Amino acid sequence: MAKIIVVTSGKGGVGKTTTSASFAAGLAKRGHKTVVIDFDVGLRNLDLIMGCERRVVYDFVNVIQGEATLVQALIKDKRVDTLNILPASQTRDKDALTQEGVEGILEQLKQTHDYIVCDSPAGIETGAIMALHYADEAIVVTNPEVSSVRDSDRILGILAAKSKRALDGLEPVKEHLLVTRYDPSRVDQGQMLSIEDIQELLGISLIGVIPESQSVLQASNAGLPVILDEGSDSGQAYQDFVARFLGEERPMRFLEAERKGFLKRLFGT
Amino acid sequence: MTLLDYLLGRKKKTASVAKERLQIILAREHFDRDGPDFLVAMKKDILDVVGKYVAVDLDRIQVTLDKNGDTEILELNILLPDTHKPSGKVQVLR
Repeated sequence: MAKIIVVTSGKGGVGKTTTSASFAAGLAKRGHKTVVIDFDVGLRNLDLIMGCERRVVYDFVNVIQGEATLVQALIKDKRVDTLNILPASQTRDKDALTQEGVEGILEQLKQTHDYIVCDSPAGIETGAIMALHYADEAIVVTNPEVSSVRDSDRILGILAAKSKRALDGLEPVKEHLLVTRYDPSRVDQGQMLSIEDIQELLGISLIGVIPESQSVLQASNAGLPVILDEGSDSGQAYQDFVARFLGEERPMRFLEAERKGFLKRLFGT
Repeated sequence: MTLLDYLLGRKKKTASVAKERLQIILAREHFDRDGPDFLVAMKKDILDVVGKYVAVDLDRIQVTLDKNGDTEILELNILLPDTHKPSGKVQVLR
């Protein structure tokens, strides 16, 4: 049975698309048939992060409106052959995503995939609600920063009230916390919320910590999901996250800052 | 926090300020989200009554429900606008 996972956050710019790309690529790399869908109608970007922007012919909305078949719209990844991408439309029409349309596409994708990753747009408008509506599990991407934590909390409330699982009275959506852009040295200096703080505030279980890293920008420049940059710290953190999602036990890494010398500890930086 | 900061008792770190602020605002937002249904209606009724005498908006009324042992405390804070002469808070405790 295919599983639908939404990558969401409420706030923009926290790493949803980066996470969706790496999560989907990581699942596919382990042999699972995976599709990643960009729900950000009007602001398509997953294609750029995945490096397939020049291969987009048809999109999500074209399929909903019957202008193309799903097979025509899906883009097969060139690096991982069990990975498909369904790009968002660049239309300005906000109502282009219909509930029935989305449901129909997800039903079709379920027949041929093990995992369906929904990359949510920021905010709590139609696109974001559609992305989380059919989810079985949710990856809540959060930065160690006040507005991101608050918006994640808001999204958790929406998952608990507006998801299909909630409305149908089924088992609730399984929620996982993924903290991104974490900088342990700033946490040590009391300048940044710690993992424990964020977990305590949001009250959901932690599935991974992605350190603040230069490799994320570099990978996006190249159109490579950062998880495929296997030597990088954030690539490894994403690999750990995917492994945990699939049920493996892995200790959390990248939680400690480099050890500082005595003088630095005495006087700070 | 450096050892020197600690010895000199320097200012509180911003991360703990952030955590405290979030604890307060999230608790309030959860209350609005999950609190008993009558509270929203009650808040509106109170606003209507107060509104007959002073112009206040809904954001300036805070209703909190706390538990202290086995007594429930309903606290109502209405912030009156500055233009109103006997300015300050009207607090009803039950």
